[in-house]
Amino acid sequence: MALSPSTLMLAVIGCVLGTAIGALPGLGPSNGVAILIPLSFSLGLDATAALVLMTAVYYGAMYGGRISSILLNIPGDEPAMMTTLDGYPMAKQGRAGDALVLSGVASFVGAFLATLGLMLLAPLLAQIAFLFGPAEYFALYLLAFCTLGGIGSSNQAKAAIAVCLGLGIAMVGVDNTTGLTRFTGGSLHLFDGIDFLVAIVGLFAVSEVFIFIESHGRDSSIGVKLEKVTIPFKQIFETRWTMLRSSVIGFVAGVLPGAGASLGSFLAYMAEKSIARDKSGFGRGEARGVAAPEAGNNSAAGGALVPMLTLGVPGSGTTAVLLALLMTLNITPGPLLFTERPEVVWGLIASLLIANVVLLVLNVPLVKVFSRVLQVPAAILLPGVTMVSFVGIYSLSGSYFDLLLMICFGVLGYFLRKMSIPTVPVILGILLGGHMEVSLRRAMVLSDGDWTYLFSSSVAIGLWVAAIAGFIAPLFLRRFLSVSAINK
Amino acid sequence: MSDRLTGLIVMVVALAFFVGATQLESPFFADPLGPKAFPMMISSVALIAGMVMVLRPDEPPQWPELVTIGRLILATIILVFYAYSLKPFGFLLSTAVAAAALSYQIKTNFINSILTGLGLSVGLFLIFKFALGLSLSAFPRGFLW
Repeated sequence: MALSPSTLMLAVIGCVLGTAIGALPGLGPSNGVAILIPLSFSLGLDATAALVLMTAVYYGAMYGGRISSILLNIPGDEPAMMTTLDGYPMAKQGRAGDALVLSGVASFVGAFLATLGLMLLAPLLAQIAFLFGPAEYFALYLLAFCTLGGIGSSNQAKAAIAVCLGLGIAMVGVDNTTGLTRFTGGSLHLFDGIDFLVAIVGLFAVSEVFIFIESHGRDSSIGVKLEKVTIPFKQIFETRWTMLRSSVIGFVAGVLPGAGASLGSFLAYMAEKSIARDKSGFGRGEARGVAAPEAGNNSAAGGALVPMLTLGVPGSGTTAVLLALLMTLNITPGPLLFTERPEVVWGLIASLLIANVVLLVLNVPLVKVFSRVLQVPAAILLPGVTMVSFVGIYSLSGSYFDLLLMICFGVLGYFLRKMSIPTVPVILGILLGGHMEVSLRRAMVLSDGDWTYLFSSSVAIGLWVAAIAGFIAPLFLRRFLSVSAINK
Repeated sequence: MSDRLTGLIVMVVALAFFVGATQLESPFFADPLGPKAFPMMISSVALIAGMVMVLRPDEPPQWPELVTIGRLILATIILVFYAYSLKPFGFLLSTAVAAAALSYQIKTNFINSILTGLGLSVGLFLIFKFALGLSLSAFPRGFLW
């Protein structure tokens, strides 16, 4: 089954790779998984093996992100931002080893509980998913896109542009219903549409090179050196309730479409801080300040898998990349996944558990080794990443057009990031644009062109309300958050 | 200023998209919406969003200085050349050159860059060919355009 020696080997390899990738500032779970998808596809791995490898990389990268957060005060990925608040002060006080092990254990607890939650919740949710018709799916996609800007988004117009860009790109190619070509400009290469893998690797990995060149590849040796690592049992025990609370908060946050690991870690940290009797330690090396966001974001990452698997709507940016992975394996998530291919679901859950255990075991002794990765100069690393991306995409299609397209996406990604236009909605738009349009058109066919059909069921109406609320909310929350941040 | 410009570009592209969509022909047996509707909806939203960006711009980002812009353009050209040169020149040669050039862009140390290029090229090739079993042509196969 999933526990064969070869699968375990893959899990270990994935965890090591993932942690190394995640530890590097700038490269996160999204990039890591994105770069490796084309490779895993051309390696001809079967579905279970690819899933095991990728989830190991995914979780490994989440663990890895902590390393640069704690040692360098540079978040290894977006969810790791909250960890810098207390992790880096801890490191400066000479307790870097403690912080790293603590974050490892907290991550494990969060991920483990989330996987349990996934096992319990997902089949339930899959039942509900049968109530979803095309109108409800359209509303669901709308909800996902409206909330993707996230609570932290500063500019909803930019988020909207990102979504429209992604959806627009998805429109390129042959329209399935009518057989017409759209927006191909007569180019044969574009008939099949734009491959989302090309877009993902371009937007995430290649743009990274440009960003690095711009920052002149600043040396990473400003970080904290790592001394002997011991396991801080006492602190682990002290923070056990923190970890539990944060895991629950994170899981719920992750399940909501659009919200992801970042929200999970943010909410968990804020919750811990507000219920703590003694708040003075927070921001200055408080153990709970490390345990909370770590448990929170790992359980949110697990929670984000719930909508992804049951409804086919990713709960976050990284699950969007996982969705892309599943699609390359010809696995369509959704309620049918549970009935038609349950072995995939259980295989995935098993691989999650395995990856988590492997990571816990690896992280404690190897954390010192992983932190060495940070010493690799950017001038070697980034070209290496680029080459891997190129080979990955090239091995898929063998066409230099796809490579050029990838470079275009890289340039586009650079500009999007400079202009603070989020890139995740673009990817999601490309992934789901086709489905969204099909749902809408199917709904219209069913209703004979009657637009009120979209609002006919209570589920649909509820989703529309949530979508609109989710889109408008950040505009008000931003004011609220900045005011309270000033007051701190 | 940057925001306003981007907003303007977005509006122009959205309009172009919209016009392109209107020129799509729907066969008479198609569904009620047809292939035009969704693109038109998307471009309308994008148009409005672009207008918002023009009317309420954010703080402009820090654009790099001219030298760095030159480096970035050079990097793009290198990547394009790499894409075109993979087939005729084979993996080893084109990767070595491209990796060295990119490395030089990030950190301008001539010898280090060359070493990086060679090291990455050979190392990655070995990994890809033998550890992962991908088929890559190592050496130039002649100029088969």
